[in-house]
Amino acid sequence: MVTALGRRSVLQTFRRPQLVAPLLIFPTLLLAIQSAGAGRAVDLPGFPPVESFFAFLLAAAMIQSALFGGNAAGIALAVDIEMGFTDRLLAAPIPRFAIVAGRLAGTAVLGSMTAVWFLIIGVIFGVTIVEGVAGALLIIALVTLSALAFGSLGAALALRTGSASVVQGTFPLAFVILFLSTAFFPQDLLVEPARTIAEFNPLSYIVDAVREPVISSLTFSDLLKGLAGIALVATCGVTLSARALERRIRVG
Amino acid sequence: MAAVPAIEVDNLQRAFSDDVLAVAGVDLEVAAGEIYAFLGPNGAGKTTTVRMLTTLLRPTGGTARVAGHDVVTEAAAVRSSIGVALQEAALDPLMTGAELIRLQATLHGLERSEGRRRSEALLERVGLTKAAQRRVGTYSGGMKRRLDLASALVHEPQVLFLDEPTTGLDPVSRKSIWEEVVKLNDEGTTVFLTTQYLEEADQLADRVGIISAGLIVAEGTPTSLKAEVGKPRLELVLAEGEPTDCIAVLKHFGQRLPGKDGKLVIEVESGAAAIAPVVIALDEAGIAVESLELVEPTLDDVFVDKTGQHLEGAADGGPDEEPGDPEHELVQDHA
Repeated sequence: MVTALGRRSVLQTFRRPQLVAPLLIFPTLLLAIQSAGAGRAVDLPGFPPVESFFAFLLAAAMIQSALFGGNAAGIALAVDIEMGFTDRLLAAPIPRFAIVAGRLAGTAVLGSMTAVWFLIIGVIFGVTIVEGVAGALLIIALVTLSALAFGSLGAALALRTGSASVVQGTFPLAFVILFLSTAFFPQDLLVEPARTIAEFNPLSYIVDAVREPVISSLTFSDLLKGLAGIALVATCGVTLSARALERRIRVG
Repeated sequence: MAAVPAIEVDNLQRAFSDDVLAVAGVDLEVAAGEIYAFLGPNGAGKTTTVRMLTTLLRPTGGTARVAGHDVVTEAAAVRSSIGVALQEAALDPLMTGAELIRLQATLHGLERSEGRRRSEALLERVGLTKAAQRRVGTYSGGMKRRLDLASALVHEPQVLFLDEPTTGLDPVSRKSIWEEVVKLNDEGTTVFLTTQYLEEADQLADRVGIISAGLIVAEGTPTSLKAEVGKPRLELVLAEGEPTDCIAVLKHFGQRLPGKDGKLVIEVESGAAAIAPVVIALDEAGIAVESLELVEPTLDDVFVDKTGQHLEGAADGGPDEEPGDPEHELVQDHA
């Protein structure tokens, strides 16, 4: 049944163009604009050795897409609540967590699709994935897990507020969190307080784990930090979702 | 051993955080195979009660059992036994009718092939086969309600909850839903419906519970409830002449009541059966009558009697019409 709900979630996204745009179009445009406009950033002292700024930003585009996907999952869940579709699911003999799990399953599928999309774009524009096919598969897995984690935060917000406009209102926050991480520039090149914030921002570790297989050899330490970052976000999201769902059922 | 009631409710209560008691202690029992209508105005507590009985909302007091299962401690068993069509047809406008009903089948644990078979049968039953591959967002109000009803039936529930199933529908769509409800009940499904329409409760229900301010103020068959507030009346307007002779004839048929606008009014215990004898007697006495009308007590009279207020929409007894609703062509499809 989680598969059926996940399938609905994916179909819903592709049938509602305004949900596709944040997943693919915005991150692709930002990738194109930033890599073209600030391509010489790689020449700055302290910038890690990298094939191109485009290669450096590829991970940022993927995580940006996963972040927006999480927000879109929250919006879609809130729309379900607003139109009463969630009541239909709550009145069915399925575990309550399946309502959130189904939505997140769809978000994970979309996350893996966007990872593939950006890998293809990268290859088309001459990026060499240093870690090869295994690295590409690892990137897809990490982006998928990231989408799940961010989706759980979106779901928590949707279940707590029941309002699509409130969830949508947090969209700019995704940009802020992203810019206060190492997504677009290495931590050493950030100025204070962004530098310190980026150090404690789990997104930095997630982006770095996704980026490493593209630009250099991935170390176990980077992978572990990335997975820890995802786990931290997911734990917060799932816990808050569970509480919000319980409250929604209790309060009505 | 006595059969287990389909629904048993004892002092059911629901308070909200602002101390508003939406349901203030409802007691009711619905027998298996019955159609029970919960009649009341907006805000009376109908939907809150249904949400508790369908496990969507936890009661803050009292107990309720549906299909023999407690709605709090055996919520999963309740959900397996019931079908629910809520007030606003909660349908995803981006899904097709077929996708939605198949999803519902999956949620109720049906195998894919069985789910597909039942979905197709139910879509045909509610006259939506031709529209099955269209997105729900393109459906008319009546089509949405029929799809909602069909999806609530996909797992062949013992008890069907319909929350205001015809609110906002045009008369043709309303009649189509009524016919389906009666057919389902004939097949053995217990139906619990809420409505604010007198005619709906009167036409469909075996028993009616009238709810006001979160409490059931009257309960019984429509006939018995109406009998509680008075007997049928015959109202006559004479074509010409003095009423003295007419009064003399009418006194043989029932007690005279005060009448307005020159009408002569008598209470007739036998209702419609009294019309023919009265007409014959007046004719034999050579009394010309301009109009003669049998006025029977309505559920609104019962509502007024119990609460001192009229039920909203009691004047027409039914929902507003929606002229030009594309539903009509689908009704032909259904036929």
